[in-house]
Amino acid sequence: MEPTARIPTPFAPTGTPGGKVDGRIRMNIVIVGHVDHGKSTVVGRLLADTGSLPDGKLESVRAFCERNSRPFEYAFLLDALKDEQAQGITIDTARTFFKSGKRDYIIIDAPGHIEFLKNMVTGAARAEAAVLVIDAKEGIRENSKRHGYLLSMLGIKQIAVVVNKMDLVDYSKEAFEDIRDEYIAFLARIGATPRFFIPISAFNGENLIAPSDKMPWFKGHNLLAAVDAFEKEPPKANQPFRMPLQDIYKFTSLGDDRRIVSGRVESGSARVGDSVVFLPSGKKSKIASIEGFHALPRAEVGAGVSIGFTLAEQIYVGRGELMVKAGEVQAEVSRRLRINLFWMGKKPFNPGKTYYLKLGTAKVPCRLEKINYLIDASETGDRTKSAVERHDVADCIIELSKPLAFDPIARLESTGRFVIVDQYEIAGGGIVREALAEEARAETADKRSLLSRSTVDSGTRGRLLNQKPALVLISGGPGRDPATAAKALESKLIGLGRHAFYLGLEDAQESDAHQASESGNARIESGWETEAPAAELGEAASLLLDAGLLVVASARGLDAEDIKILEGLVKPHAVVQLEAPADAEEATGTTAGLVEEALGKLRGLGSP
Amino acid sequence: MEHDHLEQLENQSVYILREAYANFKNLAMLWSIGKDSTVLLWLARKAFFGHVPITLVHIDTNYKIPEMIRYRDQLAMDWHLTMVYGQNKEALERKETFPDGNITRLQCCKNLKTDALKHTLSGEWPRYRLNLQTGKYEIDKNKDPYTGVIVGARADEEGSRSKERYFSPRDKNNEWDVGDQPPELWNQFKTDFAPGTHLRIHPLLDWTELNIWEYIERENIPITDLYFDKGTGKRYRSLGCYPCTTPVDSTSRNVAEIVAELKTGKFANIAERSGRAQDKEDGGGLETLRRDGYM
Ligand SMILES: Nc1nc2c(ncn2[C@@H]2O[C@H](COP(=O)(O)OP(=O)(O)O)[C@@H](O)[C@H]2O)c(=O)[nH]1
Repeated sequence: MEPTARIPTPFAPTGTPGGKVDGRIRMNIVIVGHVDHGKSTVVGRLLADTGSLPDGKLESVRAFCERNSRPFEYAFLLDALKDEQAQGITIDTARTFFKSGKRDYIIIDAPGHIEFLKNMVTGAARAEAAVLVIDAKEGIRENSKRHGYLLSMLGIKQIAVVVNKMDLVDYSKEAFEDIRDEYIAFLARIGATPRFFIPISAFNGENLIAPSDKMPWFKGHNLLAAVDAFEKEPPKANQPFRMPLQDIYKFTSLGDDRRIVSGRVESGSARVGDSVVFLPSGKKSKIASIEGFHALPRAEVGAGVSIGFTLAEQIYVGRGELMVKAGEVQAEVSRRLRINLFWMGKKPFNPGKTYYLKLGTAKVPCRLEKINYLIDASETGDRTKSAVERHDVADCIIELSKPLAFDPIARLESTGRFVIVDQYEIAGGGIVREALAEEARAETADKRSLLSRSTVDSGTRGRLLNQKPALVLISGGPGRDPATAAKALESKLIGLGRHAFYLGLEDAQESDAHQASESGNARIESGWETEAPAAELGEAASLLLDAGLLVVASARGLDAEDIKILEGLVKPHAVVQLEAPADAEEATGTTAGLVEEALGKLRGLGSP
Repeated sequence: MEHDHLEQLENQSVYILREAYANFKNLAMLWSIGKDSTVLLWLARKAFFGHVPITLVHIDTNYKIPEMIRYRDQLAMDWHLTMVYGQNKEALERKETFPDGNITRLQCCKNLKTDALKHTLSGEWPRYRLNLQTGKYEIDKNKDPYTGVIVGARADEEGSRSKERYFSPRDKNNEWDVGDQPPELWNQFKTDFAPGTHLRIHPLLDWTELNIWEYIERENIPITDLYFDKGTGKRYRSLGCYPCTTPVDSTSRNVAEIVAELKTGKFANIAERSGRAQDKEDGGGLETLRRDGYM
């Protein structure tokens, strides 16, 4: 019997250029399995039997083995090919790939040793299909299981499991079926079902590219027929529209006044005129145009395309938000998630420590709340650990320091996968199973009540100073300099007789990398406790506003959630948002535009 | 659709460039004036809608073919680029170069390229910046080290893809630990780094030599004409310093002819850099240089 159902888990790799070359379709496949179970032999023999080797290569490696009285191994053949590749001979003759009548297969190199997990994950994440090799004699081993899980988590739906070295078990039907049944039962625990199970002898070429007469009892596909039966991934146009924002660009130089919301469409499609929503902020707008450079004008854009939009109503959104369409299934927004995680870091994933979670373009501090259970591959492993250790796969609950927009993996793959960063390194990867209810959390806003207050209200103080206190917040993405602009504005305001006070906030979310490089790991440690840098700014500003001052603040990378926190903290005073000019000269020199804009907005609030 | 594949490559490279721009404050893009880094520059214009908000850095060995420098400055003016170059002044003054006959080719590469690159990126040596008003180079006031460096390396130039990453860390000495590469999956890249280290960013990793030329053809990217045969039956396939780079035998006079020539497989068994003499001086030459930070 051969299982025909495809793995039901709906994840698959994206962003890997595959496609056609010279009219031939290419497919990336990865070969995995426990060490010595025969991966190199499967690849080498496939190359040889499909006539995909350079002329004379096989013969010369065989001759070399004979001269040195070593038994011939296909692994030597692969080593010889790699050497050639290393010398820079062009791709088409040397990259390990084999051809069938149907298409070309690129074999992504994925070593089987446990130490190579990071490479294996990187390689397998780019694959469209996988062959998992199990030794018929040795049976299912630790990495047979681990690789099976990882393939499933990485989103590879098309898997052929080959039970290799059937010659060592006399091509026995029972031996094959025992391993098959055990492995199916094992994978069923994570809801995965390989598409093909094939008994082979790689070394002897049985069931590799043609049916084997040694195993007449097996009626299923041989390996080549099986991989040929895999399908290229269908386009994702019919799914809901999702685009993680990479940035908002406004390059004012050369008279360009477009404000472009940019990113890559991960799924679905969008047209000019569509109503869109940004999550988690919930801000809404309409697509006014689709932008490109040296490209034909377009009214619609679909999955896989790196693109930019201008919006009909200008709204304040930033990197990390997820753009979705108003009429479609919305992404979820939550601070608590149930996830499946695999861990690659040298240090374990510990409760109590703060990490970063990166999903789409969002990057949010996170903590391990609880391990539900370990999906452990080793037989002897402890299944009730308090931390997720290297090579473990676990089902757990994490909490985030602020809301994140995502999709459960069962709905959409690309917005349902994330990585976890420990200090500077990507240490884990996983999928979001579901959003969980948030626990009640104390709001930071009440901290002020600790201080006792005067009975004179800030309105009175403001009138005394002949102004209405307000927080003027200058923000700006990469390439802008809000701090310089804000300082310039402060001095202009003072020059005009206003009582202004400048407060600068160190870069928030958007430039964590810079933070890290400058202040080591300090930020990540404090990030959680202070809730958000926005809270720090809000608390300081609130006191100054109460004293009747105009507060001019600069901040980079605050998102809509941060703005909400700020607004909450400075209430009843208003927050006036302005964007720093795009080029540095404008920021330092002629802040005239900015000052005008600020004064206009302050007058709008009723300030004299 | 013939260009399906090129479109996928373009989308991925644009995505990577935007991630680099969003995550690195001091970002530079190395522009060797060759076809790969010129395609990279074009992709930056795609990513940023006609603008190039990233500093372009060129390492001038003083032995570049003069057309290359003219072409560089012309494009920099036309496209309003932030153009910076650096060089090893001291070695040039002391004539510690191969063309001066004082050292080997490989040592010369180390002096004029590797060292110049290292110290230009770190900001220890002067950077010269093109003033777009006057068309002249001036000392650049910005001396901050670049923490993200975008380069046009392609996996098919050498070795296995599994060795390289789109975002690849370099330590304090510019060194690359081939054995311990970060994982890279689902388009999540390594964008966090320890003080003193930096990242090399490779948006063209998945491109082949043929893809590059097909894309130049499709987009009509202005490329230096040193790549074309002008009646001598020879053209450059890879551009370097003139004392160490020899043209290949080829009568391709334009991009279309180069694409056609590559498709015939004429160069299938000849490494792209075979015209670069320094690669032949030691066995693992390129890898040694790469490890030291030279591309
Ligand atoms: N008897 C037998 N030995 C095999 C078969 N396939 C592989 N081997 C041997 O198993 C060993 C490990 O194979 P290799 O392909 O190097 O394993 P890898 O570590 O998974 O790449 C080698 O000695 C192979 O010759 C097979 O079908 N039958």
